[in-house]
Amino acid sequence: MSTTASSRRDGPERSEPEVPGGPVIELENATKRFRSAGGVHTAVRDLNMSVGPGEFVAVVGPTGCGKSTTLSLVSGLEPASGGRVLVQGRPVDGIPDGIGYMFQNDAVLPWRSVLDNVAAGPRYRGASRRAARERARDWVVRVGLEGFEGYYPHQLSGGMRKRVALAQTLVNEPSVMLMDEPFSALDVQTRGLMQDELLRLWSGSGAAVVFVTHDLEEALVLSDRVVVMTAGPATIKSVFDVPLDRPRDAEEVRLTGEFLDIYREVWDSLREEVQITRERGAGHAA
Amino acid sequence: MPRDAEAAATIEKEPAARPAGGDGGERAAIARARTAGLRRALGINTVRIALVAAWLGSWELAARHWIDPFYYSMPSKIWDRLVGWFTDGTSQGSIWEQIAVTLEEAVIGFALGSAGGVVLGIVLGRSRFLSDVCAPFIKAVNAIPRIILASLFIIWFGLGMQSKIATAFVLVFFAVFFNAFQGAREVDRNLVNNARILGAGRLQVLWTIVVPSATSWILASLHSAFGFAIIGAIVGEYTGADKGLGLLINHSQGTFDAAGIYAGMIIITVLALLAEYLLTLLEGRLLRWRPAASGHDIQI
Repeated sequence: MSTTASSRRDGPERSEPEVPGGPVIELENATKRFRSAGGVHTAVRDLNMSVGPGEFVAVVGPTGCGKSTTLSLVSGLEPASGGRVLVQGRPVDGIPDGIGYMFQNDAVLPWRSVLDNVAAGPRYRGASRRAARERARDWVVRVGLEGFEGYYPHQLSGGMRKRVALAQTLVNEPSVMLMDEPFSALDVQTRGLMQDELLRLWSGSGAAVVFVTHDLEEALVLSDRVVVMTAGPATIKSVFDVPLDRPRDAEEVRLTGEFLDIYREVWDSLREEVQITRERGAGHAA
Repeated sequence: MPRDAEAAATIEKEPAARPAGGDGGERAAIARARTAGLRRALGINTVRIALVAAWLGSWELAARHWIDPFYYSMPSKIWDRLVGWFTDGTSQGSIWEQIAVTLEEAVIGFALGSAGGVVLGIVLGRSRFLSDVCAPFIKAVNAIPRIILASLFIIWFGLGMQSKIATAFVLVFFAVFFNAFQGAREVDRNLVNNARILGAGRLQVLWTIVVPSATSWILASLHSAFGFAIIGAIVGEYTGADKGLGLLINHSQGTFDAAGIYAGMIIITVLALLAEYLLTLLEGRLLRWRPAASGHDIQI
């Protein structure tokens, strides 16, 4: 149930913002409705969730249930229609400081080279061209793209473009990273490789991550906690701690016994929602 | 460029490693493919020249034997007229002066019209409210047969250059405006959101995301827009002027000089092709980042 979401850190101290160790993201009864052609459509309702500093939380749910909406509420790209959304103790109004967001589709700028793409964040934040490029160069190397600084995105493979997007996000040194199925378009081998890269880069950063995916395996490989969402309008169904040791090897960890146990447990919860979504889909098709 | 296609496939691990030749068999195959390509290009050009020769030859022959060259003129007469204009000058004075006047009108009209079209197109394209307000007016103005404005501009601005620049301006403005508008509208939301998250303000989004996104749309319109600028200048001169190629053509019409009309047409065509060439160079430079059009690589 939703109460488990904050079982570990109950009673958020909102009176004293930015307490070290306090939650970096808090959702309280957050609800989002969209106006659509057929009236008003509720994407998510009554979300209650909190994410601590440096925590890696995965959100899984059936396709199209509203997982991405949750991220857009936290990022400030969409205002909540009801309830409260706080990032680092402050209500979200506009884009909060320290947010990084990796989108499902490529958001790298096709007219900029790899280096200038990565330098975009520091440039927007007022760094000089030289300083921005300096920092970008460092991150290009860290994500394993050394030698490709001058390439344009269309000259790169899908996995390499994801590396550019990752560097573009990380160069701003975000304290909160929102990731919206960033690897879903990659082939299986590349995806495994990118998961490893993500874990490696995240482990030193101290950033809190909310990683949305419909792939339960990916969620378990990466996260400390898995949040299962119901079929739309989405709300939180249950929360599971992932008892796997770090550092993890993304390819190896999925073969262990503990992994299969937790997989079975979470899947039992997720399966019903997937079935509901499927039946609705079948209803539409009929 | 075939390099792009290869790059995606081969550079994942080895930076800038192009499979360079390899063994002799490979090299021979590449040489064969290259000769086949050259032969093909040669064939295409030969047929082109043959077509032009057949067309001009049959025209000349027909004009000498069956049709009246007074009305239809013929290639040799047109050539004589061109040579005459460039050596002895025209009825209006030096041909270079006429060309310079027309070009100046077209270029100024083009520059003002495209600058105005780009700015207004991007502003309206990014502002839902303004574009909703202006939509019916723009549609109405666009429906006006704008060539007629040339007559009005003569009354307003007189027989000098300004009236021609104004005609070129209205023709260019709308061609560019609609493309810039569309381009600014179709900016990928993802890119805008990403830039906002990365810390971009409104102006930075406009300058680093919207303008570059719209550039390929705008450049596409500039090709036809320069054609429009020349049309505007010529029509303006044709309606009433004291200099220019349009006046020359008008004068040729007045004296039943078909060859003169053709000669003027040829000069204008050459000017338009030169401008087209320069614009293509500019486009290639501004759109370096774009993957080469797939149609350019011939399968071998």
